[in-house]
Amino acid sequence: MNAKGKIYRISGPVVIISGLNTRMYDVVKVGNEGLMGEVIGIEGDKSTVQVYEETSGIKPGEPVENTGMPLSVELGPGLLESIYDGIQRPLPVLKGTMGDFIKRGVSANGLSREKEWDFVPTVKKGDKVNAGNIIGTVQETQNIQQRIMVPPNVSGTVAEIKAGKFKVDDVVCTLSDGKELTMMQKWPVRKPRPVSKKLMPNKPLITGQRILDGLFPVAKGGTAAIPGPFGSGKTVTQQQLAKWSDTEIVVYIGCGERGNEMADVLNEFPELEDPKTGRPLMERTVLIANTSNMPVAAREASVYTGITIAEYYRDMGYDVSLMADSTSRWAEAMREISSRLEEMPGEEGYPAYLAARLSEFYERAGKVNALSGREGSITVIGAVSPPGGDFSEPVTQNTLRIVKVFWALDAKLAQRRHFPAINWLNSYSLYTKALGDWYSENVSVEWSKLRDDAMELLQKEAELQEIVQLVGSDALPEDQQLTLEIARMIREYFLQQNAYHDVDTYCPMDKQYKLLKAITIWGNKAQSALESGAAVEDIMKLKSKDALAKVKFEKDFDSALGVVTKSMEEEFGNLRGK
Amino acid sequence: MTKEYKTIREIAGPLIFVEKTEPVGYNELVHITLPDGSSKRGQVLDTSEDIVVIQVFEGAGGLNKESSVRFTGETIKLPVSIDLLGRILSGSGEPLDGGPRIVPEDRLEITGAAINPYARLPPKEFIQTGISTIDGMNTLVRGQKLPIFSGSGLPHNEIALQIARQARVRGSDEQFAVVFAAMGITNEEAQYFMRDFERTGALERAVVFLNLADDPAVERLITPRLALTAAEYLAYEHDMHVLVILTDITNYCEALRQMGAAREEVPGRRGYPGYMYTDLASLYERAGVVKGRKGSVTQFSILSMPGDDITHPIPDLSGYITEGQIVISRELHRKGIYPPVNVLPSLSRLMNSGIGATRTREDHKSVSDQLYAAYAEGKDLRGLVAIVGKDALSDRDKKFLEFADMFEDRFVRQGVDENRDIETTLDLGWELLSSLPEAQLTRIDNKYIQKYHPAHKGKQEGK
Ligand SMILES: Nc1ncnc2c1ncn2[C@@H]1O[C@H](COP(=O)(O)OP(=O)(O)OP(=O)(O)O)[C@@H](O)[C@H]1O
Ligand SMILES: [Mg+2]
Repeated sequence: MNAKGKIYRISGPVVIISGLNTRMYDVVKVGNEGLMGEVIGIEGDKSTVQVYEETSGIKPGEPVENTGMPLSVELGPGLLESIYDGIQRPLPVLKGTMGDFIKRGVSANGLSREKEWDFVPTVKKGDKVNAGNIIGTVQETQNIQQRIMVPPNVSGTVAEIKAGKFKVDDVVCTLSDGKELTMMQKWPVRKPRPVSKKLMPNKPLITGQRILDGLFPVAKGGTAAIPGPFGSGKTVTQQQLAKWSDTEIVVYIGCGERGNEMADVLNEFPELEDPKTGRPLMERTVLIANTSNMPVAAREASVYTGITIAEYYRDMGYDVSLMADSTSRWAEAMREISSRLEEMPGEEGYPAYLAARLSEFYERAGKVNALSGREGSITVIGAVSPPGGDFSEPVTQNTLRIVKVFWALDAKLAQRRHFPAINWLNSYSLYTKALGDWYSENVSVEWSKLRDDAMELLQKEAELQEIVQLVGSDALPEDQQLTLEIARMIREYFLQQNAYHDVDTYCPMDKQYKLLKAITIWGNKAQSALESGAAVEDIMKLKSKDALAKVKFEKDFDSALGVVTKSMEEEFGNLRGK
Repeated sequence: MTKEYKTIREIAGPLIFVEKTEPVGYNELVHITLPDGSSKRGQVLDTSEDIVVIQVFEGAGGLNKESSVRFTGETIKLPVSIDLLGRILSGSGEPLDGGPRIVPEDRLEITGAAINPYARLPPKEFIQTGISTIDGMNTLVRGQKLPIFSGSGLPHNEIALQIARQARVRGSDEQFAVVFAAMGITNEEAQYFMRDFERTGALERAVVFLNLADDPAVERLITPRLALTAAEYLAYEHDMHVLVILTDITNYCEALRQMGAAREEVPGRRGYPGYMYTDLASLYERAGVVKGRKGSVTQFSILSMPGDDITHPIPDLSGYITEGQIVISRELHRKGIYPPVNVLPSLSRLMNSGIGATRTREDHKSVSDQLYAAYAEGKDLRGLVAIVGKDALSDRDKKFLEFADMFEDRFVRQGVDENRDIETTLDLGWELLSSLPEAQLTRIDNKYIQKYHPAHKGKQEGK
């Protein structure tokens, strides 16, 4: 066997090669055009390769070459604001070389080799540095400083360190054993980057979405899944999270989804401002777009490319959030490749290793002590697209066994345009307890109670609705009619949140608290008015109720709420006076 | 001259297995000559040093081991030129209208390459179809893929034709060029389309590909690809705005299933191939607008849901790829309402970028949201009334119940040739909403209520 082999067989994205010495996951160059592929199986002198580009026209007998390297990404300055395909080729570069349509046989570096970055050293000659230690910084975008680290498997004493403008592959530091460090490092995507310790997540990811922050929060470093049928709001929710979450870095993976959706993000993110820094959102974002019509093997790789980039920023001590839309398309890519390999299929044709791959992926989330000594986190939020919207299918089920937060999208809610269409009865967060202290300290000591009361009311509403279905609402006693009304207010005034409304698209925690509190107070006043003899029709007609419906849309929320609160007091006062 | 092979080892359904060949390319086009001199075309599905698997488009009828096979050395291409307009071609691209062969300006690969997402321009140009349920509540924009989910015996063809006739971008007279691809529909249905194209003169700016019910099923796998290649050519090389109508996607998927079975693949859900999502995406994603190019490709395909079941793999996988769907309702059709669009499960995902002050009208989104919410509530109440009777409803609920009826009767229902502009549609929406108590209009900003609600509008103008 040698370093050059040839193609034996081609079936779609799967190519079998012979006569080449390979190891699992080696990257090989396939055919006369040198298409990029990865070894995914070895048997005798034949290796099976998944090819990341279109294989039409390729013939048996064409040459194959082994690069000897596993599939890796380039990590260093220039990742932010980039948009890559599933194997980290920058789409703008591909457009430059291939035109508007994606052709094949073009390789492109993940990081620009021309661009110069200002490297500021943070260590000096003679310092001892270990794997993961920070040796200098680069201002990557206006608000994000990239911290240049010693690669995970290297350590030593600094013999020389430079300062000034360099390209990513220039040497900026030499160790006493002669090892040279650049600002760029490469890392094999299928291997998690090491950390010194995993920590317990204890802070919420604040998303500005009321039903998420309010009812089913995810912790920074936690995992969440958002399954739902088509058109129920997975992508809009993921995009809302990418826009408004209070993490420093966002990695957004469009995995096997629509081209227009990615174009939309590309269009919008440079215009929108990060609510925390006021800078364009794009400056903290890395996009990976391997749409449904792009090669399926590269789709399989895209989630690994994304999570590796996320780990790199985590290692610098940043809070990173990663959205994968949709993990089902990733699972289907595995299934497609697996069936071409004629592997023994598991449930619904998915390979038997589906569950293992999913849990390995979500395991790469977490809050950690990085090798740099800093604390960082990756929050992973995966969309799931169950066939027919049926949550009993393998991808949803295997995902739910791993993740701690479940946001269950509901086609019925989406159809009546209740957005976000997250079902409040089926969803859950296992972080609620762990985050309780944070909410008490940072929002209000009352918060937990407000939340629990609201949940209880919604639960009660569901029970009452069953009775209403049999007898009609007029047959209910007055206090229960009122309960139904207050629950409706919680649903419509608090839970509903229009992602396309200028003001309501993002709701800070303080506003969430005040809004829920105002609704609760209205409810309590209404209950006591009823007890002291007011008629339920009169209570329902109060103008303050209608005004409460619309305060969330007001630019100057606090003063609008002030007006509503005042009218609420007056109206209930008058009711009692009657 | 390329070599001819007479080394067919096996014929299985539409597949033939050929051995002892020179290296043959994956996806290559193949000519097969039968002993009687007739010929068929095929495509390489799997190729190795030992054996080549070919799928035959015209079906395997008449084939035997004496047939000879010639590999063309290239993948399937469509000869294109501006003269495609006005032509009627077969499902594999041969002229059916007795006209001359197309003198090609270019020959394009029919699989089409994916548009680089970075080269896409987000679609946002509002297309007025003149149909209220679409324009008002499920707005179509240029470059979108928005299929009709229908069922057998429902008037999806009428609706598709009405849209093809009426569709205009606002403020422009420019008509769409139409690329129409029939896949496995009956001759009668095809005639229905052709007559309408002729009657309205649409044929002059149309390209028609016909694979009818009695044409080979395997051919259906290339028909839509030919059509989309023609559409892309007209859009990107000749700056035209193209409306592509593929019908019926379900027949296409059946052909895909048949091929999968012939290849003895492990089937996915309900016997359809596990790669059907990816395969459908390779059709649907060929819609859009490309930065710096004037034309666009909009897809408005027809899909009949087997058993009216929206969770069936064909509509399900389609819905996961397209940018929404227009769902046709058997219930409304039975009530005699045309076009029987059920707005609740219908959706246009690109609506938000195509509407609003600068594109349609500032109140558009609010009116649409409120119509949805009110109609959904009214429809729920119908269920309740069936159990407890109308008398058990509160006054408020009765209003919603009546609203649902009016909505179907006046907003949904319209004539086959009735072309409503967007203002008419929105004003009609307001008129219906004004039957509800004003306090119930919680989805609408007060400023729009003051400006557009019939109760206020008159007064303001009176001042
Ligand atoms: N929070 C929201 N506010 C307003 N509209 C919403 C919201 N969430 C979803 N929608 C509406 O629902 C539509 C569908 O949402 P989305 O595209 O996110 O669905 P999806 O679950 O990702 O579907 P698919 O699986 O097909 O990709 C959107 O186009 C939008 O109109
Ligand atoms: Mg989506």
